[in-house]
Amino acid sequence: MRYLPHTPEEIASMLATVGSTSLEGLFAAVPADCRMTRPWPLPAPKSEWELDDHFRTLAGSMRMDAAAKVLVGAGSYHHHIPETVRNLAGRSEFLTAYTPYQPEMAQGTLQGIFEYQTLTARLLGMDVVNASMYDGASALAEALLMGLRIAKKKKKVLVSQAIHPHYRAVVRAYLQPTAYEVVELDLLANGRTDLGGLAHSGDLADVAAVALQSPNFFGVIEDLEAAGTAIHEAGSLMIACFTEPLAYGLLKNPGLCGADIVCGEGQSFGISRSFGGPGLGMFGCREPFTRNLPGRLVGETKDLEGRRGYVLTLATREQHIRREKATSNICSNQGICAMTAGMYMASLGGTGIRQLARLNYDKTRYLMDILVEAGARIPFESPVFNEFVAEFPRDFGPVRERLLAKNIVAGLELGALYPECTGRYLFCVTETIPKDTLDTIAAEVRA
Amino acid sequence: MNEPLGTGGLILNEPLLWHKGKKGRTGMSIPESDVPAAAIADDLLGPEVPFPDLSEVDVVRHYTRLSQWNYGVDAGMYPLGSCTMKYNPKTNERQAATPEIASAHPMLADVLCQGTLRMLYELQQHLATITGLDAVSLQPAAGAHGELTGMLIFHAWHRSHGAQRHKILIPDTAHGTNPASAALCGYKAVPVPSDSRGMLDPALVASLMDEDTAGIMVTNPNTLGLFEEHIREIAEIVHAKGGLVYGDGANMNAVLGVIDAKKCGIDVLHLNLHKTFSTPHGGGGPGAGPVCVTAQLEPFLPVPRVIKDGETFRLENDRPQSVGRVHAFHGNFGVLVRAYSYILTMGEAGLKKASQLAVLNANYIKEQLKTVLHLPYDRPCMHECVFSDLWQQPYKISTVDMAKRLIDCGYHPPTIYFPLIVHGAMMIEPTETECKDDIDQFIATVKTIAQEAAEQPELLHQAPQRTKVRRLDEVQAARCPCLIGPVGNGD
Repeated sequence: MRYLPHTPEEIASMLATVGSTSLEGLFAAVPADCRMTRPWPLPAPKSEWELDDHFRTLAGSMRMDAAAKVLVGAGSYHHHIPETVRNLAGRSEFLTAYTPYQPEMAQGTLQGIFEYQTLTARLLGMDVVNASMYDGASALAEALLMGLRIAKKKKKVLVSQAIHPHYRAVVRAYLQPTAYEVVELDLLANGRTDLGGLAHSGDLADVAAVALQSPNFFGVIEDLEAAGTAIHEAGSLMIACFTEPLAYGLLKNPGLCGADIVCGEGQSFGISRSFGGPGLGMFGCREPFTRNLPGRLVGETKDLEGRRGYVLTLATREQHIRREKATSNICSNQGICAMTAGMYMASLGGTGIRQLARLNYDKTRYLMDILVEAGARIPFESPVFNEFVAEFPRDFGPVRERLLAKNIVAGLELGALYPECTGRYLFCVTETIPKDTLDTIAAEVRA
Repeated sequence: MNEPLGTGGLILNEPLLWHKGKKGRTGMSIPESDVPAAAIADDLLGPEVPFPDLSEVDVVRHYTRLSQWNYGVDAGMYPLGSCTMKYNPKTNERQAATPEIASAHPMLADVLCQGTLRMLYELQQHLATITGLDAVSLQPAAGAHGELTGMLIFHAWHRSHGAQRHKILIPDTAHGTNPASAALCGYKAVPVPSDSRGMLDPALVASLMDEDTAGIMVTNPNTLGLFEEHIREIAEIVHAKGGLVYGDGANMNAVLGVIDAKKCGIDVLHLNLHKTFSTPHGGGGPGAGPVCVTAQLEPFLPVPRVIKDGETFRLENDRPQSVGRVHAFHGNFGVLVRAYSYILTMGEAGLKKASQLAVLNANYIKEQLKTVLHLPYDRPCMHECVFSDLWQQPYKISTVDMAKRLIDCGYHPPTIYFPLIVHGAMMIEPTETECKDDIDQFIATVKTIAQEAAEQPELLHQAPQRTKVRRLDEVQAARCPCLIGPVGNGD
């Protein structure tokens, strides 16, 4: 076995040093009735080329190949990943390092994460951004828990129904064993969240935080500014969630709209879809709430000789210092994914992110327009970024099948997630979808 | 072989990203638009994002230089206790990058994703086999996330049995995140002190276990690197009072093929695929923390479940007792692929041998170093051993000084000041992928440092001196936090 370097002679000599007669003898402390006695029905070990063959077989049983045009986003987006990002993030100095507990030999990770925190804060309009969370969904759950910690005695959180259904499911799972209540906010006919009740309803005194996603699950850009005003007037914290951070290359960021906590998924920034993970939970807040932030933080400091350097900081919030008093059980971050997103943001630049966001926006608008010409209806009238919902005068199923045969996945049917949206499809258009693919879809709708 | 590992290398300086670049540069290929420009309302439009504009070469140089300030397993020995810093095989990276897999969208119909579903299903089966438990969820994204999922399962199980409980037993030799994970489910952690041998005492557990206690969270082998010999008896005590037993499997690398978790009486166990199953730590993540359970707890596992029907695979959501979702999609799939690739490469014999050699390496280090470092629990250890700085204290040398001196000698230091029950702890976990020569060199280095502690303590106090930066002011970093850089470029 090529990962196990010991020769029989070395094993014998080491056993002699430790005073054991056999490798099995090292486990004398394990009682007989705790022992694994069954043989394992695992496949025989594979050579490197047999493993390659096996993965070729698995890849072959994926219906969509890598060249497929997948017009589905819904929290996992197909953007071009520059080879530089792939290559640099794959450097083993970053990849095979542990959490930077010994900062003198981890300045690469630490400066890289500090830069990630800074660029993400600029993108989201936040004062502080942490070193990342597991994914967008758990980030939202942690944001709501953070809101409840800040608001202390309040017991309720409001969550828009236009937040990704899987995110809401994770929120329910996290809050289920607690005494806190999650109340969902309805949708308006225009695809935005109904905040109308907020200003007038009397029972808001118990609401710690209100969470909205923008662009929301239907691609609709929420009126975050108006929402921020209403939420703050009601005395609650505003949590802005997202699944597509590229949108803020074009749109007004959540910080400018008054958000107190911003959280979401950063997979769009240089991370492959990889069947949904690993992703990147982006998480930031306003400065007064810094010490309530869950997760790791990298901070700047100086070394003995006054040189700039970076360390993990504010660890008193973490569980390894005060076990029973920790504010969260998070003790890792999506390290290499955050580095990757930093590399991606650096590659794009301020000029590039505006161009790329604009391209997504324009292409999406183009597909909407030609689908409408082909007879589709857009049920939500509010503006969108790179996703939108469409419904069709005739059953779209057969059209979708024909497009599938052309290696195009035309949208996600919404019935399973929103029964009231049965027959409606959520489309996503990124820079990776050429105009002729969009035209092909419209032509099939017309056919 | 006698030549020291550490040298003074050529280390290049590199500014922060926003002190580089020029407005108008780009490091990424962005195509010309092939569609008409669409209108956008002014009230939606944001200001320009103040990212620095860099060329492709700017980006490549920047991150290459940063990478050279880092130390990874590929560079050398990383005996970080409790973290299992074993070699991360290159082929696993290749398999995870398989285009059809890396580009798979997580929300398409099952029929379009048979390859990825099959992989999830088979990995679940393999992990069940390896632990001895019956069912597995791959959703948790990290060890602590697995703990949380386990606690959600405890909570749901007790609820289904009619009465909620409010406390949970947590030994002082358990992992640091256990109390916080339990607290998220509203459980009050009741600490259980270990005895003078570093073991859990069944009589003490029996005296603490009552009908308001949901169960116990046991790390086994524990954080002293010792196997909890009474685990079965403890499990019986907890079960008799209607509680459940949580096994923190973070230290599973010691006992592959040795223990059967179900026979130990464990009901829920999480694994750290980034430890035992060789996936890279990525400078802090992502990891994966699958949760394995007995058949009676399977209905409570997160949804969706991956099911095999004949020769096809599908996702199933209809599990009314499930704790729900803990991840937006299917967990850290890319990490799962690497672990699957590792298991297929190692096979049964390879995995079992890995644990044997991991334990051999740790005991070998323990025997050789206990003459120069104080060993508080002098017993055969599992995959790691814990020393203290007691013998260096007369020279005003503490654990951190020895750790920093190791850096100058070319090693990543062991885990320090953990577990908390050993004052000045130094926790060494070599893993099985270190060869005898390298371990001998490490032992010789530590012995030299122990001698230096007595003879030239200043050398240790001043360490490290060969790194890009020297000891950093962590107090200042926490007192006046500077967590992000300036708002604009060039500031």
